[in-house]
Amino acid sequence: MSTLAHDDHHDHKPTGLKRWFFSTNHKDIGTLYLIFALTMFFVGGSMAMIIRAELFQPGLQFVDPQFYNSMVTVHALIMIFGAVMPAGVGLANWMIPLMIGAPDMALPRMNNMSFWILPFAFALLISTLFMEGGGPAGGWTMYPPLVLQTGNAFPFLIFAIHFLGVSSIMGAINIIATVFNMRAPGMTLMKMPLFVWTWVITSFLLIAALPVLAGGVTMLLTDKYFGTSFFDAAGGGDPVLFQHIFWFFGHPEVYILALPAFGIVSQVIPAFARKPLFGYASMVYATASIAILSFFVWAHHMFTVGLPIKGELFFMYATMLIAVPTGVKVFNWVATMWKGAMTFETPMLFSIAFVILFTIGGFSGLMLGITPVDFQYHDTYFVVAHFHYVLLTGAVFALMSAVYYWLPKWTGYMYDERLGKIHFWLSLISSNVLFFPQHFLGLAGMPRRIPDYNIQFADFNAISSIGGFAYGLTQLLFVYIVLKCALGGKKAKPRVWEGAKGLEWYVPSPAPFHTFETPPKLTKEMLEH
Amino acid sequence: MASQEIYYVPEGSKWPIVGSLSLFITFMGGAMMFNNAPGALYVLVLGLAALVYMFAGWFADVISESLAGKYSKQVDVSFRMGMGWFILSEVMFFAAFFGALYYARVFSIPWLGGEGQGLHNGTHEFLWPAFQAMWPMNVMPDPSNYTQYKDTIPAFGIPAINTALLLTSGVTCTFAHWALKKEQRKSLCLWLAATVLLGFIFVGFQAQEYVHAYKDLDLTLNSGIYGSTFFMLTGFHGFHVTMGAVMLAVILFRSMKGHFSNKDHFAFEAVAWYWHFVDVVWLGLFIFVYWV
Ligand code: HEM
Ligand SMILES: [Cu+2]
Repeated sequence: MSTLAHDDHHDHKPTGLKRWFFSTNHKDIGTLYLIFALTMFFVGGSMAMIIRAELFQPGLQFVDPQFYNSMVTVHALIMIFGAVMPAGVGLANWMIPLMIGAPDMALPRMNNMSFWILPFAFALLISTLFMEGGGPAGGWTMYPPLVLQTGNAFPFLIFAIHFLGVSSIMGAINIIATVFNMRAPGMTLMKMPLFVWTWVITSFLLIAALPVLAGGVTMLLTDKYFGTSFFDAAGGGDPVLFQHIFWFFGHPEVYILALPAFGIVSQVIPAFARKPLFGYASMVYATASIAILSFFVWAHHMFTVGLPIKGELFFMYATMLIAVPTGVKVFNWVATMWKGAMTFETPMLFSIAFVILFTIGGFSGLMLGITPVDFQYHDTYFVVAHFHYVLLTGAVFALMSAVYYWLPKWTGYMYDERLGKIHFWLSLISSNVLFFPQHFLGLAGMPRRIPDYNIQFADFNAISSIGGFAYGLTQLLFVYIVLKCALGGKKAKPRVWEGAKGLEWYVPSPAPFHTFETPPKLTKEMLEH
Repeated sequence: MASQEIYYVPEGSKWPIVGSLSLFITFMGGAMMFNNAPGALYVLVLGLAALVYMFAGWFADVISESLAGKYSKQVDVSFRMGMGWFILSEVMFFAAFFGALYYARVFSIPWLGGEGQGLHNGTHEFLWPAFQAMWPMNVMPDPSNYTQYKDTIPAFGIPAINTALLLTSGVTCTFAHWALKKEQRKSLCLWLAATVLLGFIFVGFQAQEYVHAYKDLDLTLNSGIYGSTFFMLTGFHGFHVTMGAVMLAVILFRSMKGHFSNKDHFAFEAVAWYWHFVDVVWLGLFIFVYWV
């Protein structure tokens, strides 16, 4: 096996705290991102546990409704901006330079700043829970006029959003510059691994969507403190305008969470099916079409606010249209497995589960996208079930898959496969126990964001809560597996998975601190996918 | 694309984390101001000072690395891409406010005035039947919370002059670029100085216009959706012009110190791009905010 590392040169690493605080190394920064994301996954997760504990029975048990709603709000913000997005950026940091043969990210100092904003931004956000008036409790969607009733937390919430936006935009710029400027000779665009493709396209979405959110929350701020009337009909504005602005950002945002997951699964499935990715070019085009279309469907979140009928129809059809490229992707994943010599290591299990469960989430999305039907489902637990299928058993499962897939490359050791499988099966079962019943609850009319419910919903809620606690506990096992692998185990070979394609498998495991300081000479074999 | 040279990856640097920390302090100070917390102003000022310190230190590092010849062509391309995509994100930020303006004029005000069927004229019928749709809208649907204004700023007064000023500054900026390409240092500095000057005159006029609006016309942020969109759009733009002019001044200062060569002057170009961006946004403002 040929490897591309030259061990002749001093692989000097900075030491101590400076290594992490002042880092300009994509691998270290990637590690920081991943650790941060996992930490936030547990912080946001404990909030979810509080929510599920409260919903275990009808009536008010543990928390007062205001606090309950701040849990719902902050849980969502943490999971989206603190867990899933940073985990994706962490993977991008670690893997993109390795996958395209670049020495580092294009703008290494800015890369460090993108990361170090995150702990500070979440300090702003989480501190609000201890303030007069409590944390923000109007939902992560921050609709006025409700959100304007937030107490002292309000400006902190707004600035935390701005701050996170700065981080994401810098990260996105960095990824674009890296991919377009730093590829090794021979790594043409259509030779790039799909994970790289999905991340460039995600970066476009970030750059186009996040500033719009920043503008929207700025208007909230001036409406509250400077007497403007963007969202007040008494002054000629309209609260619905905020919903338009928010969802113009919000729908692309859900693809910001989903596209990197698509990329991961497109790396993992061919590796364990031992077949090239089916329809590579169509995957690239499908990803691009999804990204473009995602800017034209936002009002499917607003069917019930009283849009003109033409608007309802336009956004319904546009939403249906997204199912086409999404279908292309699902078809290609399945076709990649078709007649493959498949094995079922943990990354593959998570990826296959992703394909199935994400598709379930896509189907419930289609149901929600049908305007007249959404009038019944909107703001019920059906929506909650929908987005948790696409986000938890979708995006998070894919991220788990990625960690198992690349962990040996990062640490130099194999993780414990038996424990990995146990983690997978427990996660699979518990998350379905957790979220599947929520479909029924929603169809029967249980509203979201309310701590109490009618007695008829009791059984499904109890089941769902049990699934929730089981899922939460199971993730402790994940931490144990990762730590165990970081500390030792069976030595990993450079090519960890014999069916895996891509440049990252031509460098040693663990990947040395510096790789590809001069552009590697790529052979045809290295460029396969 | 990739050349065989070694891409310059800087050593560890304290600036990024100093930057994050100073932004944190700034945001915290700002948020505390809104809550009338004691000492808020000090926190805010401390944060802003730290930000200035960070920018100065970070750019000083970059400039000395650049002067030391550490940046290859490829590094230069990374910087260019970075600046270009940053400007696009700024465009999207302004798009949100232009979108709000468009929405108010095309949807919310006509609906409040009774246009449309079904739910749309509900507000009109039940809450404010007397309200009539108009633009500029100086009678609010519910005037009790909002300041009624006497008049708006006409397009063909100061705004037209400002348009001429900014467009001219775009031209002088380009002349400066041509001079730099021909290595004519003196005319480079002169044209740059003219650009900076025009920029600051623009800001001065804008400030005067604001004083006039507040003092004489009662046109304020509180003047309903017209005042909201007017001041937020022109305000953010004015802020960007100020930043751009400061950046141009830095470039002027560096040019006087002999920085930049006819081939290698990314910082100059980045600021010039930014300046043109600010210019284009102004054209949008002039047309859609002041004129039509
Ligand atoms: C076939 C693709 C999809 C369709 C047709 C679709 C459709 C919808 C619709 C119509 C709603 C609004 C439901 C309502 O509030 O009444 C919704 C909500 C949501 N969707 Fe999807 N969706 C799709 C894929 C996704 C993906 C890939 C993600 C994220 C990875 C996602 C995340 C969300 C979230 C977070 C919400 C709830 C937002 C909130 O109100 O808090 N969806 N979806
Ligand atoms: Cu959506």
